[in-house]
Amino acid sequence: MKTETTLAQPHIKAETPVRPRESLYQRYEASILGGTAVLIIVAIWQAVWSYTDWISPLFFSGPSAIAKAFWSSLTGGNLLADLAFSGKNFTIGFGLALVSGVVLGVIIGWYRRIRLVLDPFLNALYAAPRIAMMPLIIIWFGIGMWSKVFIVFLSAFFPILVNTAAGIRNMDRDLLRAARAFCASDWQIFKTLAIPGSVPFILTGVRQGVAVGLIGVVVGEMLGSSEGIGFMVAYGGQTFQTDTLFVGFVIIAFAGILLTSVAERLERRFSRWRPER
Amino acid sequence: MMKLQIDHLTKRYWLQRENRDVLALADVSFSVEDGEFMAIVGPSGCGKTSMLNIVAGLLPYDEGNVLIDGKRIFGPGIDRAVVFQHASLLPWRTIAGNVRYGMELQKRFDQAAMKERTDYFIKLVGLTGFERHYPSELSGGMQQRVNLARALAADPVVLLMDEPFAALDAQTREFMQAELLKIWTKAKKTVVFITHQINEAIYLADRVVVMSARPGRVKDVFRVPFDRPRNLSLKREPRFLELEDSVWKLIEEESERLGMVAAV
Ligand SMILES: Nc1ncnc2c1ncn2[C@@H]1O[C@H](COP(=O)(O)OP(=O)(O)OP(=O)(O)O)[C@@H](O)[C@H]1O
Ligand SMILES: [Mg+2]
Repeated sequence: MKTETTLAQPHIKAETPVRPRESLYQRYEASILGGTAVLIIVAIWQAVWSYTDWISPLFFSGPSAIAKAFWSSLTGGNLLADLAFSGKNFTIGFGLALVSGVVLGVIIGWYRRIRLVLDPFLNALYAAPRIAMMPLIIIWFGIGMWSKVFIVFLSAFFPILVNTAAGIRNMDRDLLRAARAFCASDWQIFKTLAIPGSVPFILTGVRQGVAVGLIGVVVGEMLGSSEGIGFMVAYGGQTFQTDTLFVGFVIIAFAGILLTSVAERLERRFSRWRPER
Repeated sequence: MMKLQIDHLTKRYWLQRENRDVLALADVSFSVEDGEFMAIVGPSGCGKTSMLNIVAGLLPYDEGNVLIDGKRIFGPGIDRAVVFQHASLLPWRTIAGNVRYGMELQKRFDQAAMKERTDYFIKLVGLTGFERHYPSELSGGMQQRVNLARALAADPVVLLMDEPFAALDAQTREFMQAELLKIWTKAKKTVVFITHQINEAIYLADRVVVMSARPGRVKDVFRVPFDRPRNLSLKREPRFLELEDSVWKLIEEESERLGMVAAV
């Protein structure tokens, strides 16, 4: 069991709890060290790029060239439109996956029979790389936005579904026994134990879903699209615009970091909901 | 009339892997009077938890009867509440929310009554000021008090407690024993209290059931001859230690019969 020594005791007035003093450095240690390292690497990269000819602009790029390409595609090019297109595909696909994944996961977790019937199909689909279905999905939906929405949906749906079902099923046995002792009905157990208890699991599914959903949208656009960040990368590659390719790559990396860190934070916040022991 | 009667209770567990059953409780009979504090001691594995879960209506049994006010029990009921060994609190509910939980499930009290009872029992177990804390922010002893408040707030006729203080350190345990006696004096419930510790049983109870080793049978039932209110210093008195010693011997015989080395 966690012991929290800094526990506030509101009824003791004399000892108002004080947050232990930290220097500015201690508080932001991770950001300072990590940020400095990134800056140094970028600086070295830039120096090598501008003062030597070790880097061929065909095979690689440099920070200043990427920044320039970023600026010109932002002002003159399609960057914003591409970003909006990818963002829309991801948001719709992920939203659909979240809603249907949680609803179906709850049903599968709660009803044993339904789970037993669906398990072989779900396991097969969960284990298979869904991105391999992209050509088929393009046949179904065309190269417009809906094939991308669908691949994001398909990618994110399974982790959310599987984790939600696991959360419902892994109900704490001690809590279940206590509820039964107070004459709880099945519906009460579902409402007061199964659903709140599965929140941390659902958030684990969300985190995994965000990661695979991002891969889905990018690869989907690379394989068949005329718009979007994925298309931008693929097009940059085909036309040997290495700088543009890097711009797309950096944007994808940032989106990944941003979205997963939000999901991770949510997950951590609710992890105290997991019954301990 | 007796509040709780346990009448020729027999319980077998089926061992799937060995394809045979084990006898956990064999013909256990005793009764508890209204308002009485009954402690149950016995060597490990003698079926104390099984018996308590049967009385709580959580476990089916093979033969015999469990009667409350002369009526046979079927499953869990609002006339009983259980304090388990592990606090089993909902980690996502505050202390107040946890104390309410039993009442919410049983739907016997309206909102106003639930609020009032929640406050009252939180105060009774000495946790005023912690209503909005979460279980993970409390010590083990405090969590166990929440557990007790939850059970009491549901207003049971019979309070069932399965080694509720087993996980606590010696000091907290003594403190909780004294608190429990105070609370019991106020709440006047019929209590069945299971424990491994003989001195805990003697200190708390009106009567003590001593159970034999596997299969569990009633070996002895005796009345504790000490007046109430009892102080913790009673545990240091010679007459207390003598009684404790004689119960020890009873249980030791049992452990030896099974070839265990003082497993109590
Ligand atoms: N679910 C089960 N399946 C099979 N056998 C069980 C099961 N639960 C308990 N038993 C057996 O029944 C006997 C009684 O168990 P029980 O938990 O009631 O004992 P106890 O007196 O509470 O022990 P302790 O003091 O160690 O808590 C034990 O010998 C145990 O092996
Ligand atoms: Mg036990």
